[in-house]
Amino acid sequence: WNRKAFEAEQAEGALQGLGVESEQVSEQIEIIAPQFAENGAVIQIEITSRIPNTESIAIIAEKNPTPLIADFQFTPDAEPFVITRIKMAETADIKVLVKADGRYFSATRHIEVAIGGCG
Amino acid sequence: MATMKLRARLKNGITEVKALIIHPMETGRRLDDAGNTVPAHFIQQITLARNGQTVLEAQWGTGISKDPYLTFRLRDGAAGDRIELRWVDNLGATDTIESAVEAG
Repeated sequence: WNRKAFEAEQAEGALQGLGVESEQVSEQIEIIAPQFAENGAVIQIEITSRIPNTESIAIIAEKNPTPLIADFQFTPDAEPFVITRIKMAETADIKVLVKADGRYFSATRHIEVAIGGCG
Repeated sequence: MATMKLRARLKNGITEVKALIIHPMETGRRLDDAGNTVPAHFIQQITLARNGQTVLEAQWGTGISKDPYLTFRLRDGAAGDRIELRWVDNLGATDTIESAVEAG
């Protein structure tokens, strides 16, 4: 378990913990999530990476007390796709970080949260 | 104790796996009714295997919702494949559930 990344209290620290030095914004990452979430405790998010050789997909909620939510590692037997449900403390950007061929790509999505769910 | 539901279905060459894990996913920051902090209790690692071979793994922090829900898609597959999901939490508890792939 990557303690350094998951216990980081800033998105910056989470990225460092994951070993991300630079990232490139990509339109090949699709994020399906609500624009507005009534309840920050349960927000469903669907992520698809169309970047060839995707190895991992990480989810970061930039204003959560510990921003790194998850890091999914895919073998070639699995599609680089996941649906999961996350907690958000407040309105913020969700950053999805894809690692492919040793490089990092990202996409962000703004989600407005009515009632924070990180208590 | 059943802590999970797992269902896998083969459709158009993709094995879709849906899972629901029953787990409190406590952040360690929540206060109970008496005002005491509820200790952190959350899943840190999951592993999904097909016929005994790992197909994906994940590490989680406290930001995955209570009673985690997941959908994954595996390439190819056959009806009857054994799909196994295992989790380990920060207190060292673990559970595994297995299910056979159904034809779409």
